[in-house]
Amino acid sequence: MPSSNTKPQNSSPPVIDVRDLDLYYGLNQALKEINITLQEKQVTAFIGPSGCGKSTLLRCFNRMNDLIDGVRVSGSIRIAGHNIYDRSVDVIELRKLVGMVFQKSNPFPKSIHENIAYGLRLHGMKSRSEIDDVVESSLRSAALWDEVKDRLHASALVLSGGQQQRLCIARAIAIRPEIILMDEPASALDPIATAKIEELILELKKRFTILIVTHNMQQAARISDRTAFFYLGELIEYDTTSKIFTNPGRKQTEDYVTGRFG
Amino acid sequence: MSAGDSDNWAGIHRGRRTAPGEWLAEKAIFLISLSAIILVFLIFAFILRESLPIFLGTMNSSASRKVIQPSEMHTISREALRAYLEMPAGEFAEMDDETLKLMMEVKLEAAAEAPEDKDAKVNTASWSLMLKPHQWTGYDKPEYIWQPVSEIHKYNLIPLLVGTLKTTLVAMLFAVPLSLLAAIYVSQLASARHREWLKPAIEMLSGIPSVVLGFFALIVMATVLQKVFGYQSRLNAFVAGIALGLAIIPVVFSISEDALTSVPPSYPQAALALGASRWQAAWQVVLPAAMPGVFAATVLGFGRAIGETMIVLMASGNASIMGWDILDSTRTITATIAAELAEAVFGGHHYRILFALGTMLFAVSFLTNLAGDLITHRLKKQLEGKP
Amino acid sequence: MNNATRGAASGFNTGRRNWGSFFFTGLTGAATALILAILVIILGNITWMGWEALSWRFVLAGTEQDMFDVNKAGVMPMIVGTTARVILMTIFVIPVGVTTAVYLTEYAQPTSLTTRVIRGAVNNLAGVPSIVFGLFGLGFFISFVGSHMDELLHSSLEAPVWGKPALLWASMTLAVMTLPVVIVATEESLKAIAPGLREASLALGATKLQTIVKIVLPQALPGIMTGGILAVGRAAGEVAPILFTGAAYYMASLPHSLSDQFMDLGYHVFILSTQSPNIDQTRPILYATVLVLLILTFALNVVAILVRAKVRRRLRAAN
Repeated sequence: MPSSNTKPQNSSPPVIDVRDLDLYYGLNQALKEINITLQEKQVTAFIGPSGCGKSTLLRCFNRMNDLIDGVRVSGSIRIAGHNIYDRSVDVIELRKLVGMVFQKSNPFPKSIHENIAYGLRLHGMKSRSEIDDVVESSLRSAALWDEVKDRLHASALVLSGGQQQRLCIARAIAIRPEIILMDEPASALDPIATAKIEELILELKKRFTILIVTHNMQQAARISDRTAFFYLGELIEYDTTSKIFTNPGRKQTEDYVTGRFG
Repeated sequence: MSAGDSDNWAGIHRGRRTAPGEWLAEKAIFLISLSAIILVFLIFAFILRESLPIFLGTMNSSASRKVIQPSEMHTISREALRAYLEMPAGEFAEMDDETLKLMMEVKLEAAAEAPEDKDAKVNTASWSLMLKPHQWTGYDKPEYIWQPVSEIHKYNLIPLLVGTLKTTLVAMLFAVPLSLLAAIYVSQLASARHREWLKPAIEMLSGIPSVVLGFFALIVMATVLQKVFGYQSRLNAFVAGIALGLAIIPVVFSISEDALTSVPPSYPQAALALGASRWQAAWQVVLPAAMPGVFAATVLGFGRAIGETMIVLMASGNASIMGWDILDSTRTITATIAAELAEAVFGGHHYRILFALGTMLFAVSFLTNLAGDLITHRLKKQLEGKP
Repeated sequence: MNNATRGAASGFNTGRRNWGSFFFTGLTGAATALILAILVIILGNITWMGWEALSWRFVLAGTEQDMFDVNKAGVMPMIVGTTARVILMTIFVIPVGVTTAVYLTEYAQPTSLTTRVIRGAVNNLAGVPSIVFGLFGLGFFISFVGSHMDELLHSSLEAPVWGKPALLWASMTLAVMTLPVVIVATEESLKAIAPGLREASLALGATKLQTIVKIVLPQALPGIMTGGILAVGRAAGEVAPILFTGAAYYMASLPHSLSDQFMDLGYHVFILSTQSPNIDQTRPILYATVLVLLILTFALNVVAILVRAKVRRRLRAAN
């Protein structure tokens, strides 16, 4: 049944291909036979009521679920043709290519500069000037440079919530991933900061493939190209955002986007 | 998908290898984390090792016993000879026959000089003499006597056990009610503002070294208490017990307070809603719910009291008098070890009996800890089960 | 009369309940006050009596053969001995304790058998009587490790070098004793670190070890320091474990090697209190010695308790 939702008409070539993905927490099945194909250089939004598995699926793309005891995954996720659940895959290399921004902004309790330099050093960048350059370009890309350029060596913790979240985005893009996962990145922010983040996402999608989990349907409608609706661990419907919000194919989707449940 | 991108993604198939440094470091972390287990094992093994001859009953302390003539040296087995000379195997192996013969002659002389007493013939390091009363020469009736430094070494452990229990009992009777009442006050009745400083303040008692509490008991408390109660012996189980109580108050208080605080606030609130007053809610609802924790606190306090050394060494008077009168001067197990080990002959029966006492202390602490752990573990589960 | 009747009629037993409340609050409050009063009396007495006898000369002077003489005795060698054994102990205990705590919080599966046995062992170690550690130090470090070292290194010498009480063995015995203190304090501070930081680092492609070394441990530093301070505070005043492993009644010179014995503040308090030929004459230096010991240990403990209270507040905030 879910496989019927997975063939949206598209123009760009597929970049992420999820096939028959099941995920169990111990005995509980959190994701049931997910089949979905995501597009490159687009924003795809995952929506659905809490506990529907949207965040769990997001964390499959950089294998953050590996860290939780008792998680079992079957099926495949192919990115550019490479199955990231293959035995030969090194998660460190994978996470270099798939960045992540979390719900609660989590800058390291270090300076703004160090927050970004940390990831660069991890991946072997040593030259000071090179690091400084990337720090600046990342902060510019995250639209934060003008606000912090005079205090790069101040603690990241003095920044406001929205600035911290943009710093986390800068940190993620500094190591040049191809895909960025965003887990409700604006849910803890006020409307103005949220607007800035959304603006940033629209800017970033020119360079990155972005997968975003959100519980805010207006946000999904504003920023995403495609939207996937999940319910109780199943993918119910996946289509262009305009179609999902104006003319959903399934009753459950319609009920959810019109606010009748969830 | 551009060619450059594909190359990037091909790089993820590096294999699930961790860097060798990382692998080694993780193994090292694991091995080091086992040190606590290894240490507990080593403590047990090495204290037991020194006291094993006592537990097995292979140690003989009788002053006069069957002697082996030096001329018979080669007629008995090497092992029997070693046992006769009471020497460790390593040392024995290094001796030449001349030295061994000399040592046998020393034994012979010692036996000749041994008192012509029937007491000199008994093995005082045997279990029956360490636990049962014995009719010593010159005494009217069988008695329990600990007198390791005398012509006949008397090793009856009962006076020490009684002394330890006596002192511990006084400490518990003093400390447990006091700590529990204070814990109820701090956790249930005091205002949040007072609670902030009350708990750390009481826990400061645990920051006073036991030698300082011992000093205070010896120099100040003993005099004051004697004046107030007017008993005869200045240092006794009572003084030591009270000082010991001070040492375990922070233990009992801290754990009971935690147990009382971790009772979900909905319990007393339910009682308050039914019209109970705060003290009724604390006494009739919170305290019963926290009972396992309070019990664990008592058990752990008991373990601490049994094992405390310096306070009893300094304040109990250290006379090994057999009897239950708490106003008598008293000697405990820990104080005995502390006071006598330095003088005991290395590897001799006195030395080994002191280690045997240590083994018993270790066993008691092991059991009280285990019991305390199990109770708090169950308590935690219970609280998590019904949040 | 009228009022009383009305009160009893409208509220059930109001009077009795008030009396019970008064009695109960009074009783528990009195218990709390009594404990605090005892604490104040002990500290006050020692500070008061000790302060009078305390002088720079007393703190800085060495002790002559007659350590009971008020005018000649000093405690410098004891301060040096106690400080030395405590610093050595810290060097042994911190790496092992912190590593164990890292394993328990970052690697171990909380429900696995190994984890439970390690935790059981740590708890058990915390409850072993201090005198038993002394016996262990003698039975293991001195008569096993030390003797074997002598056989290997100094077989030509008659007198034992390592197979006897020594600064090294006393410090190691204390390290064994304070291991649980360091583990528990470090674990507490590791748990207080927001899990988001670890995730952030891992999501950037850091390995677990990199995350621990570069993100987790720097954050846990206050907690590790608390553990160290608590361990030092606990060990500085302990006498029973060093009775047979290193403390000396009297030494003419300061220890200058790890195999030397040392004089110790706590042990000195014991000696002055119990061996003095005339306790009334010794009393001033006894009090002064106790005060020095208390300042050393108690100050450390107070600092640790305050830091720990802060860590705990953060822990509650993090969860």
